[in-house]
Amino acid sequence: MNAAVSPMSYLGAGYSLRSWLTTQDHKRIAILYAVSITAFFFIGGAAATLIRLELLSPHGTLVTAETYNKLFTAHGVIMVWFFLIPSIPATLGNFLVPLMIGAHDLAFPRLNLLSWYLYMFGALFTLAALIAGGVDTGWTFYTPFSTMFSSSYVVATVAGVFIVGFSSILTGLNFIVTVHRLRTPGLGYFRLPLFVWAIYATSLILVLATPVLAMTLVLLAAERLFGIGIFDPALGGDPLLFQHLFWFYSHPAVYIMILPAMGVVSEVITCFARKPIFGYHMMAYAIVAIASIGFLVWGHHMFVSGQSMYAGMTFSFLSYLVAIPSAIKVFNWTATLYKGSISFAAPMLYALGFILLFMLGGLTGLFLAALALDVHLTDTYFVVAHFHYIMVGGAVMAYFAGIHFWWPKITGRMYSARWAQFAAVVIFVGFNVTFFPQYLLGIEGMPRRYHDYPSEFQVLHVFSSAGAAILALGYLLPFVYLAWSLRFGPPAGANPWNARGLEWQTPSPPPEDNFPSKPDIPTRPYDYAAGAAAAST
Amino acid sequence: MSVPHRSSVGEFGMWVFLASEMLFFSVLFFGYLVTRLHHPLGFASASRHTDVVIGSVNTAVLLTSSLMMALAGRSAAAGARRSAAGLLAATAGFGLIFLALKGLEYAHDAQHQLVPWRDFSLAFEPDAGGTRLFFWLYFIMTGAHALHLLIGITLVLTLMVVVARARHAIRHAETVEIIGLYWHLVDVVWIFLYPLLYLVSRT
Repeated sequence: MNAAVSPMSYLGAGYSLRSWLTTQDHKRIAILYAVSITAFFFIGGAAATLIRLELLSPHGTLVTAETYNKLFTAHGVIMVWFFLIPSIPATLGNFLVPLMIGAHDLAFPRLNLLSWYLYMFGALFTLAALIAGGVDTGWTFYTPFSTMFSSSYVVATVAGVFIVGFSSILTGLNFIVTVHRLRTPGLGYFRLPLFVWAIYATSLILVLATPVLAMTLVLLAAERLFGIGIFDPALGGDPLLFQHLFWFYSHPAVYIMILPAMGVVSEVITCFARKPIFGYHMMAYAIVAIASIGFLVWGHHMFVSGQSMYAGMTFSFLSYLVAIPSAIKVFNWTATLYKGSISFAAPMLYALGFILLFMLGGLTGLFLAALALDVHLTDTYFVVAHFHYIMVGGAVMAYFAGIHFWWPKITGRMYSARWAQFAAVVIFVGFNVTFFPQYLLGIEGMPRRYHDYPSEFQVLHVFSSAGAAILALGYLLPFVYLAWSLRFGPPAGANPWNARGLEWQTPSPPPEDNFPSKPDIPTRPYDYAAGAAAAST
Repeated sequence: MSVPHRSSVGEFGMWVFLASEMLFFSVLFFGYLVTRLHHPLGFASASRHTDVVIGSVNTAVLLTSSLMMALAGRSAAAGARRSAAGLLAATAGFGLIFLALKGLEYAHDAQHQLVPWRDFSLAFEPDAGGTRLFFWLYFIMTGAHALHLLIGITLVLTLMVVVARARHAIRHAETVEIIGLYWHLVDVVWIFLYPLLYLVSRT
């Protein structure tokens, strides 16, 4: 049972490439996703590296203006759709949801594999378009530039994103049905880990928002190919219509990225503070509230687009409303830490980093939700800094927290604790050096998406680029020590963190069938206090 | 340990998928609404040129197909193999009639030069932008609907073969129910397309 890969483990179920590409085991499909999104993370990161190199000097000489536009578009498209959206749900969610609810697999294992193939096909299709000629519209594909003026590969790019959308929809559908129907008897909704709540809420957004993007992209492609005019004012269309439809998906998409991150952090914080989560019910309701209100705030991307003043006021108010459940979460994590028996293992460092960075990203979001202030800050580096604090500081940090927390469960091996802690600190420092100067750049008026800038801004840009170098190093470190652990790491055992979830009751790595015997259902989730009392007696 | 009740899992999954489908079509309905608000005149005059006879007959055809589908579900649940397979064939048959009539209608539209990308006959009406956008939306909306119907027909025909060959039709009752849900959604979408494209502003 303690052997790293016992023959009964899911990793030992087959070693050939074919056995992986035809698997219907949710754990193996999670690994397929993990490998693919890691590749896209590094491709998107390479684009970001070139952007930061170009911005080292005010009149950059590394790439032309046109190439620069294609670089930030490639960076955005790849990071949003091929890394962040599938990141936590498709890897950790796929691996953990059935384990956490005591099930053998997801409700539709074959559909799960199909999702991965759709993802790969769509993503590689778009990648080919990006390499063959690139797109210069930005990841937002705003009309009329994307439909009339851009001479780049718009249709091919959105075709790939359209296909990846179906992968998202099917993944979300699978999770929703699984959580409703496959919970082991006795595991009621309010005994579920918050991670499962988070993946469930995320799935609702995947299923209900993604089709809107899909149809919008169809209209965009038709407009570009045939000149329909539905988005073109010259032909009687409405250019704002595209923005409304696009943000109806793309704002909730932010919650697709951050809700699973919140789920991961809730699991990690409780384990390394050795305390039950503070206000479990409120935490669950807050997840659902963020997902629901998140559908009603898209117009805050359009304060300067010419929508009516009253629409602007409504969207501003609703955006402030999202701050309430978000604040509940931050306060409750903090209250969980209070008087906890805290240890700073690597997953905990990443999770604490998440809380700090998410707070900064969330609070600066309130600046942007304010009607008057947004007029000054919109389309500046302030926006860039804000959403990178949420998506990279928030979502990616939490993804790393999750990977480090469940690595022993997934692989059966322990990694070097020291190196992991070191990497967490490097990433945290590198991230702040990269993106904090961008808040200042934005306040001073540096617009986003410009490859040429007045020399006053250079000092802050150099800081940002230097930070990016540190950040890149930080991201490479886990790649090395995690790979090292696969071969040389000591066996982890079933429950190295002495954690409480059902997934820790099965051997590491889990057997193909997930549980050798029926797991014990705790009377309440995160029962760390009871465990501590039992250990001390 | 939970033993998944496969069939109920499948039906629930279809309901979730239908929710997704509704949001998919909602983009077109929302686009129609916004464009109509911009062009009340053009939309009113253009919608008088759609073929209301074929549109109405097709509505009846599609509703009948849904009745056949519902009856097929009952037959399968009762284990009546032959009647279930026959009703599924009828369902697909009415679906094909709908598509054939739709094709005929498209041909008429082309004859009357209602195709916005080729000698558009309404190009000189007041609010020509509105008439053009109406017919673009008409083709996109009915086209998206026809595509869904085509998928539905393929599913129903496949299911018919499976049921006809099955030893116990009752084993496939749940599948008939699931495919039926999809079929009815395609029907419901048409129920909204019909008044929007054929009836509103026709006096």
